[in-house]
Amino acid sequence: MIRREDKLIKNIDWITVACYSILVFIGWLNIYAVVYNPDPEVKQNIFDLSTNSGKQLLWIASAALIIIFIFSIDYKFYSTFSYLLYAITILILGITIFLGIEVNNSRSWLGFGDLRVQPLEFAKITTALVVANYMSDINFKLNGWKQYLSVSLLVLAPCVLILLQKETGGLLAFSSFIIVMYREGLPGWILLLAVIMVSLVLVTLMYNKIYVALFILILGGLTIIAMTLFSKRTRNVSIFRRSIMITAVCLAMISVVYSVDFFFYKILQPHQQKRILILLHPELDKKNEGYQINQSKVAIGSGGLWGKGFLQGTQTKFDFVPEQSTDFIFCTIGEEHGWIGSSFIIGLYVFLLSRIVWLAERQKDRFARIYGYSVASILFFHFTINIGMTIGLFPIIGIPLPFFSYGGSSLWAFTILLFIFLKLDAHRKELLAH
Amino acid sequence: MNNNKKIIIQTIFLITGVIFIVRLFFLQVIETSYKEEAERNATRKMIQYPFRGIIYDRNGKALVINQLVFDIMVVMNELNIPDTNAFCSAFNLTKNELHQLIRKIKEEKGYNKYRPVPLLKQLSVDDIGKALHIINTCEGIYPQERTIRIYPHKSLANALGYIGEISKKQLENQEENYYEQGDLIGISGIEASYEKYLRGTKGVRYIMKDVHGVEKGPYLGGKMDVASAPGQNLICTIDLELQKYGEWLMQNKVGSVVAIEPSTGEILALISSPSYDPNLLTGRYFSKNFDTLQKDPLKPLFNRATMAMYSPGSIFKVAQALVGLHLGVLTPNSIKPCNPEAVGVKCHPHPSPTDLKGSIQWSCNPYYYDVFRSIIYKGGTSQNKYKQTETNYDIWRSLMVKFGFGQKLEVDLPNIKAGFLPTNAFYDRIYGNLSWKHSTIRSLDIGQGELLVVPIQIANLACIVANRGFYITPHLVKAIGNDEKKMILTRFTEKKYTGIDTAHFNRVIEGMELVVRHGTAYWTQIPGINICGKTGTVQNTQSIKEKGDDHSTYMAFAPKDNPKIAIAVYVENGGFGAVTAAPIANLMIEKYLTDTTTALTRYMRTQILQKDLIHKAKGEYR
Repeated sequence: MIRREDKLIKNIDWITVACYSILVFIGWLNIYAVVYNPDPEVKQNIFDLSTNSGKQLLWIASAALIIIFIFSIDYKFYSTFSYLLYAITILILGITIFLGIEVNNSRSWLGFGDLRVQPLEFAKITTALVVANYMSDINFKLNGWKQYLSVSLLVLAPCVLILLQKETGGLLAFSSFIIVMYREGLPGWILLLAVIMVSLVLVTLMYNKIYVALFILILGGLTIIAMTLFSKRTRNVSIFRRSIMITAVCLAMISVVYSVDFFFYKILQPHQQKRILILLHPELDKKNEGYQINQSKVAIGSGGLWGKGFLQGTQTKFDFVPEQSTDFIFCTIGEEHGWIGSSFIIGLYVFLLSRIVWLAERQKDRFARIYGYSVASILFFHFTINIGMTIGLFPIIGIPLPFFSYGGSSLWAFTILLFIFLKLDAHRKELLAH
Repeated sequence: MNNNKKIIIQTIFLITGVIFIVRLFFLQVIETSYKEEAERNATRKMIQYPFRGIIYDRNGKALVINQLVFDIMVVMNELNIPDTNAFCSAFNLTKNELHQLIRKIKEEKGYNKYRPVPLLKQLSVDDIGKALHIINTCEGIYPQERTIRIYPHKSLANALGYIGEISKKQLENQEENYYEQGDLIGISGIEASYEKYLRGTKGVRYIMKDVHGVEKGPYLGGKMDVASAPGQNLICTIDLELQKYGEWLMQNKVGSVVAIEPSTGEILALISSPSYDPNLLTGRYFSKNFDTLQKDPLKPLFNRATMAMYSPGSIFKVAQALVGLHLGVLTPNSIKPCNPEAVGVKCHPHPSPTDLKGSIQWSCNPYYYDVFRSIIYKGGTSQNKYKQTETNYDIWRSLMVKFGFGQKLEVDLPNIKAGFLPTNAFYDRIYGNLSWKHSTIRSLDIGQGELLVVPIQIANLACIVANRGFYITPHLVKAIGNDEKKMILTRFTEKKYTGIDTAHFNRVIEGMELVVRHGTAYWTQIPGINICGKTGTVQNTQSIKEKGDDHSTYMAFAPKDNPKIAIAVYVENGGFGAVTAAPIANLMIEKYLTDTTTALTRYMRTQILQKDLIHKAKGEYR
């Protein structure tokens, strides 16, 4: 028994644990920096439980307990009970629609007395587990539309419920499963197509639709001409067929361009429309909707190369940036630690993500590998959208920066997400036998 | 294939990271406007107002001090008054007034519920003391200290002046860019002329503020802050006791008194009557009180001592005698008859003929007709009479200028008037070139006519005579500075000579001595003090319609040898110079030199105090 535990400790990937710990620790310091009051008369304590930094320390301590708990239960539990956990998640998400506490027009939080939990944070974990379990079936091969659809349905089910909670921000993280599917067999062009579509929508919103359509047509025409001119060896029929295909793609793209309006104005809610428009035209509205993104950029931009120094920030302390401890925590790094500090954090994330991918790839067990990729993808999406939003590359979508943002729900959820994978990784040799 | 996908995925991660880092490089390192915007966002420049300098009298009694007052500040979003009734009664408000005050705050331009604004202004320490226990039960309300000017003795209002908010014009015209809108500045009197010394130096404090504008401690640990420096104190030349005594004597009279220490030019008393309580022009009722004072027909804001222009009257004979002696048209022994009919001037009965002394003692008008005539026609013949008139008038005038007439004395007060000493050109303009002679301008003989002086010039004349030939520019401030190092303005140490021989002065002084001892002002003499004086009765030309009494004027100095005080008194409609002006001056001399009274002088004082020329003039008296 003792030997087994020794072995477990030896097999844990301590590099990932170290990355996790550093991020959590720096996150905690930054939350303190946000609540810190520079008035010398106010004796402030980072451990003060009435402030966010004190509370975050409680969340961190409880996260440590959760980690011990995760490591102490059988690694087979996660695959075996994935469907049950998934079902419970779906149920809770459903209940939340009706019993949730209304915050900013959405009902995504469940309250138990003082404790508030956002079930969708945990839904990502169970969805990842169920997707991994489903796809790791010996008979399953992700090689056709039927399979794509069935996996997508597993992901979409919680999404629909979250949409009903009107918490669209949290929804986006679920699109990260496209990376998992790509790794497991989804052709690259679908991924590419998805990227192109998103870019197309953004370009359409930025520029006049006619110019975008003309640009697509010219690009298509040039491709066809180039093909005819430079591939003489190919048979004429082939060139003709390819030309038709290119024309079809162009027309499809143009139809997307013209349907953006419908999608944009009919599907999206007004505040979401605004957020996207402000991202594309930040100068339009500096006072109200554009205020947040502008203040976020001011805070980060004022940090300079080296930053103002720990606890020396002014923008992030004095409420200029809203949601400072949670969604906009990266501003504190930007302001107080400058470009150097920001780059370090970004580097640390990229390293952690790559490390998780590397760990996933060394799994012989498909379940562990797919789950590992899910972890990496979910963290990547949060990382990208969150930081992208604070530096004005993405619209404002209220999702936390993993391990960094203030809040028990998100810290617990990301901790569980990551450490289930580390548990599986620690048992990778036994999984092979299994 | 799968290895490829792993690399592609890791590449996507890496590229995302690189894009972020590059974007941040542009945002943080290349673009600089964010730093400025951040600074604008989170810092506020707070002006630290220094304590204004305190003004003392020559004996160290405070004339102007700063008093602590309190503004009741309110932060609207925190405002909670648990017991409105108790609150209102603590501040002497009705509920309605309180609601009005709050409504006014809310309607203010740029109203911000997070920022403290004054609810009530300038409450005294007593007021606050009474209300403190109520304030402590409230939320969002606190008292904030400020200082205002307080005049503990209510005297010297016009000389001290007042402070008030800087005007738009002053703001635009300022040279050094020191003042900002809403700053207080000395508007009149010493407060204005010594503004630079009194005001001190404003400090500046940069504080951090949050998004609501709430203060959050010093910016950069106070590294950029500049402490304010308190203003410099002034030691005034005024003798407060003398000043108060003079103001008391001048009650119910319109006019002015200027008393100067001849050897130094230090103004001992500067009285303009009627005056006002300078405390009216501090604090929260400034505009209301200012309005009332400005509308008062007796013009209490008008500093008569330096700004009211009168004819000098017979007092001018002293200057005429000195110039006559200097020019040699007159000797101390020149004996002239009092022949009013022959020369066409009025005089009053007195022994005749008289010598120079007697002419001053009895204020003989025909004597000075002859003196001035001799001056004007000196060396002249009937052929070149007009030419000679202009030449001699010019000589005469330039000597008079040396007495300080016809020019602004550089007294340390703003808005001093020069009076009027006509030039050749002036008479040429009226009568034509070379077509006026002595008889044209003969009113000047006895200080009437076009000639105008301000009372301080007469006090200065008394100084010149007392000093036997020179004066030091009269001034109100002896020393500037706090405690150890005090300084004095050099222009107030320079002796200005008339160029007239001391011996001439001694002759005239003998006459002035007789004025009080046996002459026109004999009834005002003070036992034991050798006062030299000269009375004057100025024809009231200012109100021709309802011809009021003549103005009573008097100048004097005492003691005769080594004089300590020179004084000039003007009492409008006071009648004959010896009736009103002389007793006031001599009583003040007595006060200053002996600080006692005798039965005689107390009787004289009662007579003076009972004189009510203000209400009589209005027809309310009797």
